[in-house]
Amino acid sequence: MSTLQTAGMRHRRWRRHGGKLGASLLAWALALLFVVPFLWMLSSSLKRNIDVFSLPISWLPDPVHWANYADVWIGEKSMVTYYANSLIVTLTGVAGDLTTSAMAGYAFARLKFRGRDKIFLLYLATAIIPAQLLLVPRFMFFQQLGLYDTLWALILPGVFTVYGTFLLRQAFAAAPDALGEAARIDGANEWQVFWRVYLPLVRPMLAALAIISFVSTWNDYETPLVMLTTPSNFTIPLGLTTFADSEGGISAGLAMAAAVSALVPVATAFVLFQRQFVAALAHSGIK
Amino acid sequence: MSSSTTQAPVARAVASTGGQGGDTRESLSAAGRVGWLFITPNLVGFLAFTLLPLLAAIAIAFTSWNVVSGYSGITFVGLANFAEALGDGALWAAVGRTLLYAGIGVPATMMGGLGLAMLLNRDIAGRTLLRVVFFLPHVVSSVAIGLVWLLLLNPDSGPVNAGLRAIGIDAPPAWLVSETWGLPSLVLIAVWSAIGYNAVIYLSALQALPVDLYEAAAIDGANAFRRFTTVTWPALMPTTTFLAITMTISQSQGFGLITFLTQGGPGEATTTVSYFMYQQGFQFYRFGYAAAVGMISFVGVLLLTSFFWRFQKGRGLYT
Repeated sequence: MSTLQTAGMRHRRWRRHGGKLGASLLAWALALLFVVPFLWMLSSSLKRNIDVFSLPISWLPDPVHWANYADVWIGEKSMVTYYANSLIVTLTGVAGDLTTSAMAGYAFARLKFRGRDKIFLLYLATAIIPAQLLLVPRFMFFQQLGLYDTLWALILPGVFTVYGTFLLRQAFAAAPDALGEAARIDGANEWQVFWRVYLPLVRPMLAALAIISFVSTWNDYETPLVMLTTPSNFTIPLGLTTFADSEGGISAGLAMAAAVSALVPVATAFVLFQRQFVAALAHSGIK
Repeated sequence: MSSSTTQAPVARAVASTGGQGGDTRESLSAAGRVGWLFITPNLVGFLAFTLLPLLAAIAIAFTSWNVVSGYSGITFVGLANFAEALGDGALWAAVGRTLLYAGIGVPATMMGGLGLAMLLNRDIAGRTLLRVVFFLPHVVSSVAIGLVWLLLLNPDSGPVNAGLRAIGIDAPPAWLVSETWGLPSLVLIAVWSAIGYNAVIYLSALQALPVDLYEAAAIDGANAFRRFTTVTWPALMPTTTFLAITMTISQSQGFGLITFLTQGGPGEATTTVSYFMYQQGFQFYRFGYAAAVGMISFVGVLLLTSFFWRFQKGRGLYT
């Protein structure tokens, strides 16, 4: 009886370990499908253009050709301007979005004023409108304001988002009422109640919104495509496309160096804060 | 609130003499002012950059206007844009392509995502790292991804076709520059980019499932397949609906990847509705027509997503 039992247990344990090994191998094999394009990008960025497509693929570039990065950063087709523009647009946009969304979200959740619920309903009604539908009128609008082909055309729509307002409203609404009442009794004014009492409570949601806003602004390609024409105003995604007419291997190495340079900030931030990133973006349902 | 402390004795006096309304009304309006102060920055931007453009988009759809005629050249044309759209063969061909693109892309992404999630939900080695790897394409610029696939899928010298030739396929597809393979290539890239996102959403839903359901199913002697169809799938229904809706919207409304990779070509082989709209608006500057097409497309997507919503009702575990 006891031998039978141990045999059965051993069998089960073997099955479990075998299952774990099999599942792990399968998962890592699938992971290759997602890693290989990035590895190829990185490897090609360090090759001379004529070596990028040589067969068999040599994953370790020999010789290591750093010149692509030199060209991309200090050469004729420098990305520095695109980088600077992307930084300006993203940092201003994220800061602005957090500020206006936090204030409006707080008002919707915790302050009573006439028309509040009707306005919030209006916000909600526009939440599912895809940005693409608004491109034509925004284009006209910015042309009228003289902001077409300036960074303002990218920054302004990102500063006032229905999405951010909604997210923070939900966070503020979940906070307890008693804290604010106690602070008011202690003589705090409305701004202090917001700034000192409730804002610290929603810090996790602010971080999530910052991540979502950062990723979507940094990667946005469609808005600059429509709003910008002057290369010196381009942000990184649009700037990257200027490396694309180089198909056929003429400057494939250069293009890959540009692509690697473009994704380093987001990819680094992602690897460092991956748990927060995944939680925030999984929550958002948008890119 | 310093003002309320100074007013308090007065208010008490008013209250003691029998008048009640004065104080509450006054403090309400003060609170109302605060509310408006807090909301104004966002509201102004919302009106200027969302609500006004939305109303304008609807209005423009009933006008004929191009960039040459200027703002004075805007003329009201009634339903002419919508009538033109109904009879526009190129638009209907684009609708067909969009249905194909999303009809293959969305289920493929979701099924792939669910499969990966179930794999990641097991006790496997390096789960955190794997999650990072699968999710990475979602956080990276679509242009950077497009750029690498443009080179990988290069018909003559790209590594994908080099590999296919090496295993004996002498005439591999021309991928993005082929009439036949252009659309499938775009679907492939879109699925590749979004699968990890779907996997992560499904994974978090799987991890929230109650264990006792599985125990009960195991006691009933249900095998793995039965457990999936009777427990996992119904319990995941809200997640599936959420993904079906968001994926349908994002895949049918986006035009970035197509603009960058194929410009709707070769010929019109990859012209989807959203690219068609972009072309009408920002290449031909037919703003009125572009707005009408955008509205038709949006209503179409809305109908489709409300269909998903209806479909899932009564099929979930908790409904």
